[in-house]
Amino acid sequence: MKFLRDLLDKQKPLFHKGGKLENLFYLYEAGETFLFSPNHTNGIKGAQVKDAIDLKRMMITVVIAMIPCLLFGIYNTGHQHFLATGQTAGLWEDFGPKFLLGLQLVLPIVIVAYAAGGLVEAAFAVIRKHPINEGFLVTGMLIPLVVPATIPLWQVALATIFAVVIAKEVFGGTGMNVLNVAMTARAFLYFAYPAQISGDLVWTYLGDKAPVDGFSGATALAVAYNAGVDGQPVTQALAEHNSVMGDGIYSFANMFMGWIPGSIGETSTLMCIIGALILIGTGVGSWKIIVSGFAGAYIMGVVMNLFAVNEYMAMSPEYHWVVGGLAFGMVFMATDPVSAAQTETGKWIYGLLIGFLTVIIRVTNPAYPEGIMLAVLFMNVFAPLIDYYVVKANKNRRLQRATV
Amino acid sequence: MELFNLGIRSIFIDNMIFAYFLGMCSYLAVSKKVTTAIGLGAAVIFVLTVTVPANWLLNEYVLKEGALSWAGDTFATIDLSFLRFIMFIAIVAAITQLVEMIVEKFAPALYGALGIFLPLIAVNCAILGAALFMAQRDYTLAEATVYGFSSGIGWLLAIVALAAIREKLKYSNVPNGLKGLGITMLLTGLMGIAFMSFMGIDL
Repeated sequence: MKFLRDLLDKQKPLFHKGGKLENLFYLYEAGETFLFSPNHTNGIKGAQVKDAIDLKRMMITVVIAMIPCLLFGIYNTGHQHFLATGQTAGLWEDFGPKFLLGLQLVLPIVIVAYAAGGLVEAAFAVIRKHPINEGFLVTGMLIPLVVPATIPLWQVALATIFAVVIAKEVFGGTGMNVLNVAMTARAFLYFAYPAQISGDLVWTYLGDKAPVDGFSGATALAVAYNAGVDGQPVTQALAEHNSVMGDGIYSFANMFMGWIPGSIGETSTLMCIIGALILIGTGVGSWKIIVSGFAGAYIMGVVMNLFAVNEYMAMSPEYHWVVGGLAFGMVFMATDPVSAAQTETGKWIYGLLIGFLTVIIRVTNPAYPEGIMLAVLFMNVFAPLIDYYVVKANKNRRLQRATV
Repeated sequence: MELFNLGIRSIFIDNMIFAYFLGMCSYLAVSKKVTTAIGLGAAVIFVLTVTVPANWLLNEYVLKEGALSWAGDTFATIDLSFLRFIMFIAIVAAITQLVEMIVEKFAPALYGALGIFLPLIAVNCAILGAALFMAQRDYTLAEATVYGFSSGIGWLLAIVALAAIREKLKYSNVPNGLKGLGITMLLTGLMGIAFMSFMGIDL
């Protein structure tokens, strides 16, 4: 460690004002703070209170919370491939090959997202002279988790660059964006290259192997929507789906565990709950948003039940929690402290409305089988307005109490 | 129920700003503060609710092909629809003048805040656009009224959301070249992506 410290200290004058590489100061600083905890002191005299948790620690906590989802996603990617091509049916059979295959597919996506995002971040840091923030560690991890494993790598790079530049850097970097960066990347892919991120064929990696007879790559949401159109009870349609590969692929328990096709990190509700516990326990994510989001989806599910005109609307509401990416979106996307509502009352409203909108879009909009992505983006747009009115109501309440 | 669906459609799905990009000039110019944005939005709602049915009457009884048949057989074949643009604008301008006078008289504070932008509503393309859509889609009088009113609400929603975001943007660090309108244009595009959530819903 000593030798590393010495090396860094020796190079330091080069990057400081007047040094040869003055322009690259923030790159140097990023490297330094990545290796050693920053030793900043304030020049002001007197007692000062400093919170132990800074932006860096907060961001790395989010990354840690995502690791269960990532590991599960890697294994599940391999598992789905083995299942669909009829090689092994057992969950834990061929553990090694499955994990390796998943790693082989997922790791490049993670690397590309980090490389593309990091490059843009570094370029902006040099040109605009702002420090490199750890925000991109989170974004670079979130983007791979919300795309299917079969996505072409150049699309990942393009989407990452688009989102980092248009959704974040033009507003001034981490902490100043309006929309969630990772969701913007996904929305960009969704509207620009729908063939690679929607439909029935992209969710399971088949490689050059042929799928088993009668295999269907449709996600649970697509199966449920089609059941609604055909007038077949949804739970029955889900239970019968892909029965050639084994019973109850889309049973409630299996979908809760996440052994289903989908985007890499979103399939397992259980892993998302573990992530949520980490976020809530460390105080990084807001439990109000998560709880109200799940409640909102449930309430809207019940409302749909009451006014059901087709079988999809009659689907029992708890299914909305486990199909698709609701859990992942609520836990990791909606709680993004920058783009979410900032006020405490606002967080309840914000979360509830995301839940409502997700189910409304899922059930009524044939163009999008999943609604959480656009619901989060939509509420990102309205979060400042919610805050504005919560603050205003607060002011009015206090004004009424005040006696002059 | 039909009318209700039409209302929802024109607020969210066929939103004036995000689906047709109409009324952009005042949308971009007057969205710096939420209070002003609400004022302008309310003015747009009012003007739309009044002018769309007014233009409907004009279109139905004067301009449409055969609309003048009530005046006698000699007029039954006259088609004045080429006058639509100019007549619609005239009606809109007249009504906007009226609104301006009323606001000046009864809400001087709002008048002060809106300043030059109230007369601008007269040439707000959302207003003329709504009138032309109404004529093109053959709405009935009731539909035209609902359409005008709910298009206005959609417009208000868009401008108020943008204003709230722009108030928050004061704390951002936007590059010099993008400050002001540039970043607002980008924001509108991003908001448009979010509003895509409703496209495709068939009511």
